[in-house]
Amino acid sequence: MTAQAPITAGIDGAMPIGGGTWRFPANRPLRLDSGATLAPLEIAYKTYGALNEAKTNAVLVCHALTGDQHLASTHPVTGKPGWWDRFVGPGRPLDPQRHFIICTNVVGGCMGTTGPASTDPATGAPYGLKFPVITIADMVRAQAMLIEDLGIETLFAAVGGSMGGMQVLQWAADYPEKLFSAVVIAAAARHSAQNIAFHEVGRQAIMADPNWMSGAYLSAGVRPEKGLAVARMAAHITYLSEQALQRKFGRELQRDGLSWGFDADFQVESYLRHQGTSFVDRFDANSYLYITRALDYFDLAGRYGGVLAEAFMKARHVKFCVLSFSSDWLYPTPESRDVVRALNGAGCRASFAEIQTDKGHDAFFLDEPLLDQTLKGFLHAQAQARGLA
Amino acid sequence: MTAIGPSGVREDFAEILKLVRPNARVLDIGCEDGALLELLTREKNVDGQGLEISPEGVAACLARGLAVVQGDGDRDLDHFPSRAFDYAILSKTLQQMREPRHVLSELLRVADQAVVSVPNFGHWKVRWALLSRGRMPETGALPEPWYSTPNIHLCTLRDFVSLCDALELRIDACASLAEGKPARPIDPRQPIENWRAETALFLLSRKTEPLPAAVPQQNLFGEVELPKAEAPKPRRR
Repeated sequence: MTAQAPITAGIDGAMPIGGGTWRFPANRPLRLDSGATLAPLEIAYKTYGALNEAKTNAVLVCHALTGDQHLASTHPVTGKPGWWDRFVGPGRPLDPQRHFIICTNVVGGCMGTTGPASTDPATGAPYGLKFPVITIADMVRAQAMLIEDLGIETLFAAVGGSMGGMQVLQWAADYPEKLFSAVVIAAAARHSAQNIAFHEVGRQAIMADPNWMSGAYLSAGVRPEKGLAVARMAAHITYLSEQALQRKFGRELQRDGLSWGFDADFQVESYLRHQGTSFVDRFDANSYLYITRALDYFDLAGRYGGVLAEAFMKARHVKFCVLSFSSDWLYPTPESRDVVRALNGAGCRASFAEIQTDKGHDAFFLDEPLLDQTLKGFLHAQAQARGLA
Repeated sequence: MTAIGPSGVREDFAEILKLVRPNARVLDIGCEDGALLELLTREKNVDGQGLEISPEGVAACLARGLAVVQGDGDRDLDHFPSRAFDYAILSKTLQQMREPRHVLSELLRVADQAVVSVPNFGHWKVRWALLSRGRMPETGALPEPWYSTPNIHLCTLRDFVSLCDALELRIDACASLAEGKPARPIDPRQPIENWRAETALFLLSRKTEPLPAAVPQQNLFGEVELPKAEAPKPRRR
C-alpha cells in the first residue's frame, strides 16, 4: 500500500465527536485471523466528552456479547438508557468532563458495524453465512483502526466486562504500546468447555428455527425469532446466580394456582420468556452465531504456546485492574486469578479484587457500590499518574 | 503493635524504610491498606506490588494508586516468578501462615532479600507468663487469648534463626522492636536477645547468592541519615 488512504467522512457526516459510523475505504480492509479480509469496513461508535489537546484522556469501553456502542445514551431500538449509563457521568468512574470515552459496536455486531446483516458488496445482498468467521482479536484490530483515525496514539484506559474484558486482554497482548491502563471485569483468558457448551445450545436453538433458513432469512424477509429467544433464555440463566434467581423469583407463580398446562406458571418462566422476546427486537440471530463463535475461539494463550504470561510480556508498563464477582459462575473468580497470575508472571503490575455479591455475572451492569468505588479509585489514581487529575 | 514514632510513621515502617534501597521492586505480603507501600513509594520511589486478603484493604490500596492483588501469602506467592522483586516484605504475619517454612523459602525465591518481622515467643514476659501462671501468654506483641489468636505458628528468636540456617538463609541485619522504644540493632544469635527482644525484624538473603547491593551496613538501624529518595545521579564528565 502506498500512502495511507485519506480519512473519509463518516456516513452521517458528523465526525469525530459524538459518534456515528466510520467507513474505511476498500483499500483499508480489516485483516482477519482466519486469513480472510473484510472490506469495506464500517464501525458504528459513540463518544462522550472531549479529547484533550495532548490526546491523553481517551478511554475505550469494550462491550459484552449482546451490548453495543450505546454505552450511556438512549438505545435507538429499545428506548432504554445505555447499558452502562450508571457508570458514566460527572463524579462517576467514567466522567465525560475528564475522559474522552469511546465505545464501538464490535465487528460482527448488528448495531451499525459491519456484520452478517450488512450488505455483501459482492452480491448486493446481506452477508448471512458468507460473512467470515471473526475473533476477539479481529474486533480489537478494528477498534485499533478507528482509534488511529481518531488521532489517538495511546488510550488512557481500555475498560470492559465479560467479552469486553476479553477484548481488553487482547489489546494488552496485541497493542500494549497503545495502552496506559487496562480494566478487565468478570472475564477470562479463554472460553471453558462449559462456556462453549452453553453457546452451542444457543446456536443450535437458532439453527433449529425453520425461519433461520441456513442463515439467509433476511433475504427471505423473515427472522428466526423463536430460536434466538431460546438462545437468549439459556444464556440469561448463566448471567444470574442461583441465589439471585431464588431471591427474585423463588417458586412464585404468575397467577393463583397452576394452569395444569405449559403456560408460564412460574414467575421465573415468564421472566425468561420476556428476556427472550425483548431480545429479538434488538439483535440479529446471525450476529449471535458469529459473536458466540468468536468467544468460543478465544484462547489468549493459544498463540503463545499455551503460556498466558507470554501474552503480556510487552505490557509491563500497563497498569492492570482485574475484577471478578464471587457469585459469577460464567467466568468464575479462578479464571480472573489465572489472568492475574499470568500478569504477575510477566512482570506486570496488576491489581485484583473479588467483589462479594450474589448477583452473578450480570453484577457488572447492576448497582454494585464496591465495583464503582474500586474502579473509581483505580482510574483516579491512574489519571494522577498520567497527569490528568 | 502500631506505635507511631516521632516522625509520625509507624516504628516498624520507619525501620523497614531504612532497609529498602531507592527504586527497588518491592512485594508487600499482607499490605493491609497500603500505608507501608505508599510510604516506600513516596520516600524511596519503589515499584511496589501488594498482596492483601481483605476487600477493604484492596479497595484502599487501589484508591492510593497501588498495585494490589487480593490473595494471601500461603497460596499466592507460588505464582510470582523467581527473583521478580528486590525485596519481599512480610510484617508480623509469618506466624499466622499455615506453612511458614514454605512461605519463608518462597519469599527468597521471589525476591533477592526478605524483610520479615516475627514476635519472639522466647521474650521474658512470655516465659514468665507461662512459668508463673501456667497460662498462654497475652502480651503487647501477642495480645489475643489462645482460642482467638491468628498466631498459629509461634517461634522463639532461636527457632527462627535455626530455620534460617536450615533454609540456608543469611541474616543481613536484625533489630529488636518494642512498643514505644526505638529500634535496637541486635545479634539474634546472642542467647540474651532471645530473652530481651519482643519482636525481631530481619533482613534476609540466600547464602547461595552474594550479598545483594544493599544500603551500606552502617546505616542499618543506626542513627545515620536516610539516603535520599532519588537514585544517585550519574556523575557528569
